[in-house]
Amino acid sequence: MTASPWHMRPCPTSRRRFLQGSAAVAGSLPWLTRPARAAGQVNVYNWDTYIGENTLAQFTEATGIEVRYDLYASNDELFGKLREGNPGYDVIFPSSNFVERMVAADMLLPLDHAKIPNIANLDPAFTDPAFDRGRKHSLPYFWGTMGIGYRISAAGDTPPKGWVDMLGGDRFAGRMAFLNDSDVIRITLKYLHYSLNDKDPKHIDEAAEALIKAKPGIKAFAPDTGQDLLISGEIDICQEWNGDILQVMLEDDDLNYIVPEEGSLLWEDTMAIPKGGPNLENAHIFINFILDAKIHGEIATEVKYPLPNKAALEYIPEEDRDNPAMYPPEEVRARCEPNIFDAERDTLMEKALTRVLAA
Amino acid sequence: MESWRQQPLVFWIFILPGGLWLLLFFMAPLALVWLFSFGERAGVIGIEITGTLANYWEALEPLYLGLFWKSLWIAAIATLATLIVSFPVALAVSFASRQMKPILLLLVILPFWTNLLIRTYAMIAVLRTNGYINYGLEGVWNGVSAATATVGLGALPAFQPLTLLYNNTAVIIGIVYIYLPFMVLPLYATLERLDRSFLEASLDLGAGQWRTFFNVVVPLAKAGIISGIILVFIPALGTFLISDLLGGPDSQLIGNVIERQFKAANNWPLGAAMSFLLMYVTFAVLALRSMFMNRDV
Repeated sequence: MTASPWHMRPCPTSRRRFLQGSAAVAGSLPWLTRPARAAGQVNVYNWDTYIGENTLAQFTEATGIEVRYDLYASNDELFGKLREGNPGYDVIFPSSNFVERMVAADMLLPLDHAKIPNIANLDPAFTDPAFDRGRKHSLPYFWGTMGIGYRISAAGDTPPKGWVDMLGGDRFAGRMAFLNDSDVIRITLKYLHYSLNDKDPKHIDEAAEALIKAKPGIKAFAPDTGQDLLISGEIDICQEWNGDILQVMLEDDDLNYIVPEEGSLLWEDTMAIPKGGPNLENAHIFINFILDAKIHGEIATEVKYPLPNKAALEYIPEEDRDNPAMYPPEEVRARCEPNIFDAERDTLMEKALTRVLAA
Repeated sequence: MESWRQQPLVFWIFILPGGLWLLLFFMAPLALVWLFSFGERAGVIGIEITGTLANYWEALEPLYLGLFWKSLWIAAIATLATLIVSFPVALAVSFASRQMKPILLLLVILPFWTNLLIRTYAMIAVLRTNGYINYGLEGVWNGVSAATATVGLGALPAFQPLTLLYNNTAVIIGIVYIYLPFMVLPLYATLERLDRSFLEASLDLGAGQWRTFFNVVVPLAKAGIISGIILVFIPALGTFLISDLLGGPDSQLIGNVIERQFKAANNWPLGAAMSFLLMYVTFAVLALRSMFMNRDV
């Protein structure tokens, strides 16, 4: 089915869409257009608040291609939207484990690397990940870690170093929050010094037991709202994504973020081209544009996520580049792993999570 | 009714839009989910309907059965609490003056015009350690403390904020708050129609206020009570947002498990089987209702 891009849902920034729409109309009137090198448009489906304020305008300026831009809030939403057929998107931003899921479901097109010369800008650590060997279907956009956010004054003289400070004692009893998805099982596997992709049911059980043991000291399993609990003083320490904690650290000096010494979950959001999109050529042009060192650096400066783009690092502020909460030291990063998709293991972990929450 | 039978065309014209709507957008999706519950996952997005009962067996494992039981309890307690809170409100509104009635009803419905998610987040701001209830209590506490200090009794110990959020009580408070209008409105509707002369007769013949309430008002309001209970109990049974946001580490309800099967766990067949088990409970509740209603007639 080749659905038209008009099937896209109305997006919250309807005013901006209206302006884009009128620009598209203007574009069809030849005497009003700028000299354009390429024609048409590209339909981009991205996470909310995840691009530079001027990036799309710069893209249109440089290429003459109009961008229709639509937003989602979770991988589940993205997957659900494309599950029954692509409603007309050309570029999407799935996280690494969803790249695998979508490849397994035959939802992504292979990328034509010859049309994306800016791949040369990437940090070699990101050019051959386990979830997408040879980068056949996805290119990295931003990455980050899952770690520990905590209140500095509550930790006293010995700041927490790793998961052991949350799971291995009652130091923060009653003042801790974890996430209420199966990642909590994964980080507990790291705490037990297993791989977070371990699929041995015994080890997963062991992780569930460790969590059940720690449960009396846990205040909440929060749906990705750990940063709110932290800043409102409800808790002193939580398992959260780096970006969420870095954002509240801007509001409250007494908060800090660490990547646990046992290692943790490494996430990566990527750019990919879903099957059935109407503008394949422009999708490649768009991805190549984003990977441009200056453009990617400018986006990172605004959204504050770590770059997989080595050439772009010189375009971000020095304090970001030297911030260990954003770019952890190499030996810590080496202990972090991405989450590899495996339906059977995911089912085991989901069940372990249900057991922990029911205990 | 007779005239409908004489005018089949009019009957069908009136019934068709709603009937088709229900068929297309309620019965058909529901039937699909029902079929999923007899299916197996095939690959990442495929579901093969194989007629297997494995999903039901899995859904009936002690782990999930315990959660069904817990959800029933939480929903039952919350429904009872809603009834207790709502009855006086409905009574007050039905006895209010003609000018006040619409205003009071508006006040009951007003929160309902706000999105469920936002109302639930508002409850977080009210209940949390640094929330409005604890602020209020702290103010009163400090005032009393200052007063006792000035009369020479010494100051009270420092205020300890109450733990109101992230436990099962918070979930129940949340359900009561969110579903209150569903209880107040049917109660009000029956109390409004209640013949006041019955109350006068009861009081004239020597029954006190309490006895009149329990022996006259409550039986006469039974239809409204039962409708209210059903309207609150059923959505409370399947709730997941309220327990997600207000609940503590042991507030997982069956609704949360079902939600995860359809999203993160990507196990639609199991989720479908669980939702249908929940639906069978709902049917049982509705059957009980018609039994109660028939006994009266």
